[in-house]
Amino acid sequence: MKLDGTALAVTTILFVIVAGIGFAASRWRGAKLNTLDQWGLGGRSFGGFVTWFLLGGDLYTAYTFVAVPGAMYALGAVSGWFAVAYTILVWPIVFVLMPRLWSVAHRHGIVTPADFVTARYGSRGLGLVVAFTGILSLLPYIALQLVGIQSVLQVMGVGSNSSGIVKDLPLIIAFVVLAGYTYTAGLRSAALTAFVKDLLVYVTVLVAVIYIPIRLGGFTHIFSAVEAHARTLAAQAKAKHTAPSFALLPSSKSYWAFATLALGSAMALFMYPHSITGVLASKERETVRRNTVALPLYSLLLGFVALLGYMAIAAGIKTTNSRLVAPLLFRDLFPSWFAGVAFAAVAIGALVPASIMSIAAANLFTRNIYRDLIRPRANAEEEARVSKLVSLVVKFGALAFVLGINTQNAINLQLLGGIWILQTFPAVAVGLFTRWLHRWALIAGWLVGMVYGSYEAYGVKTAAVPHFAGSIAKIPLIGQSGYIALTALVINLVVAVVLTALLRLAPSSVGVDITTKADYFVQAGDSLLDELELPKGSDEVGPALG
Amino acid sequence: MTVEQQSGQKPSATGYVVSAVLLLAAFVALLWVPSYSHLTPTLGGIPFFYWYSFLWLILNALCQLGAYQLMVVAPRRKQAVRGLGVRPSGAGQ
Repeated sequence: MKLDGTALAVTTILFVIVAGIGFAASRWRGAKLNTLDQWGLGGRSFGGFVTWFLLGGDLYTAYTFVAVPGAMYALGAVSGWFAVAYTILVWPIVFVLMPRLWSVAHRHGIVTPADFVTARYGSRGLGLVVAFTGILSLLPYIALQLVGIQSVLQVMGVGSNSSGIVKDLPLIIAFVVLAGYTYTAGLRSAALTAFVKDLLVYVTVLVAVIYIPIRLGGFTHIFSAVEAHARTLAAQAKAKHTAPSFALLPSSKSYWAFATLALGSAMALFMYPHSITGVLASKERETVRRNTVALPLYSLLLGFVALLGYMAIAAGIKTTNSRLVAPLLFRDLFPSWFAGVAFAAVAIGALVPASIMSIAAANLFTRNIYRDLIRPRANAEEEARVSKLVSLVVKFGALAFVLGINTQNAINLQLLGGIWILQTFPAVAVGLFTRWLHRWALIAGWLVGMVYGSYEAYGVKTAAVPHFAGSIAKIPLIGQSGYIALTALVINLVVAVVLTALLRLAPSSVGVDITTKADYFVQAGDSLLDELELPKGSDEVGPALG
Repeated sequence: MTVEQQSGQKPSATGYVVSAVLLLAAFVALLWVPSYSHLTPTLGGIPFFYWYSFLWLILNALCQLGAYQLMVVAPRRKQAVRGLGVRPSGAGQ
């Protein structure tokens, strides 16, 4: 593709500004960045406003920006639009689960979901399982952020005439900068850059959703173009005796698929360690809950972003690489300079989640592998040192992965990541309410869920793609198509419940729970942690949205 | 906030039930796909299926606001009325 100089210049300038903010974050709020609480959780000091941006930053990644419109463009309502239902349903789940997690974490100095599981079930083995699953699911997710940047660079025409290292140089520079400021300032850099990122994203999406339909003759015209497109594809599929891939509405064959994708993804999102990082970094128990009232604004934005895929159909954009749909739409319909802003929104949108994810993965390694298995006596400073180094390793690992192996593998692994992370739901989410489930039964259930989910995903194929063609497969017994992750979770839970009933016959095998009932209701200011490490919190703030 | 103050902040039984209903509403609405997988009526050219999802985005936010009032704000207010100096039974358990 032809190099777009104006767009590239605008994107570069915005990128430099964000990088500067990222490095400056190390001085934000008088940070002492030598403990894991400070580096990896921003001192657990974020109020409602910052938390809103941080959690939104988790949800709204560069990959979302390219993948959701891409799915709408190529597949339509089921595999694309489910994302809107999913990002609505995630907030009631957060409302119920996360205040309890915040409290118990505050009381026991918990940094990762695996820390919680270790404390709750008295089982390092189970903690290790949760940490392992978290890291395994985060790595391809980080890699996909790079794929997001790549698709923007490709549409801008950067490096199209060169080869080898020069071609990938912009991506490498972007990641080196990201790694640098995350290493220096930790979660604070992610929070501060999240402001700029979201500003860019909001401006881009609002302009896109108003300006592009005007250029295309309104939503009536857009949807009639999509309807015509759906009919054409259906006729082609019928001629070839295959099932149509594109759907304008879920049909009776795909109701289950739509619903299970939405529910399963909503349940999975806050099992990802980086989402939990954003929750634990907030200052008060009710910050997150109050935020769930305002966070759906991000879901609204996601709905608009999804519609970009349909606008691309109406605008006559033709590509076989669905990840390029949104960037191509920006390039073709926006003036160059604003396309630059939009590309910057996507590229910078990659940096914030990648930073939070690498911090979360590093925290998991430090707390649940390094400290629990290798150096039990590691102090807070040592933990922070290790975490910082691991965050670098994780990011360069992701970079090497995307540059060295083909992109499709990263996407397949991300798809598997969603299935894998949901298998920690019984230990983490159910564990917040009851510890009836036995630690060994949970490990067994997890193993069965992981193996079943991976195997089923491997077997999903289309005419063009032999494996990992999607995350939908037939649900045993029900016979309908459904999201593999949710089916695997149900099997996981059944195994866990049955084995728990058996193992409970030998009460001595049940681990020691160091948490108490009251720990799940602790507020800021109640715990020992405050007196030891943190300055006394200010008075309880009234509800911002009351 | 001290332990004495926070331990009195429990929502009423009705508060729990109503909150649960409010929080479950969006699940019923959005996961019951056949109830809204229709093209008509359209709104500003957008088929029903799509704008109905947006509608639930707003309704769910309002439901959560209601649940927040019941679970967090109302118990706090009750606590304030009861007087801050009184140590409720069961503190620190």
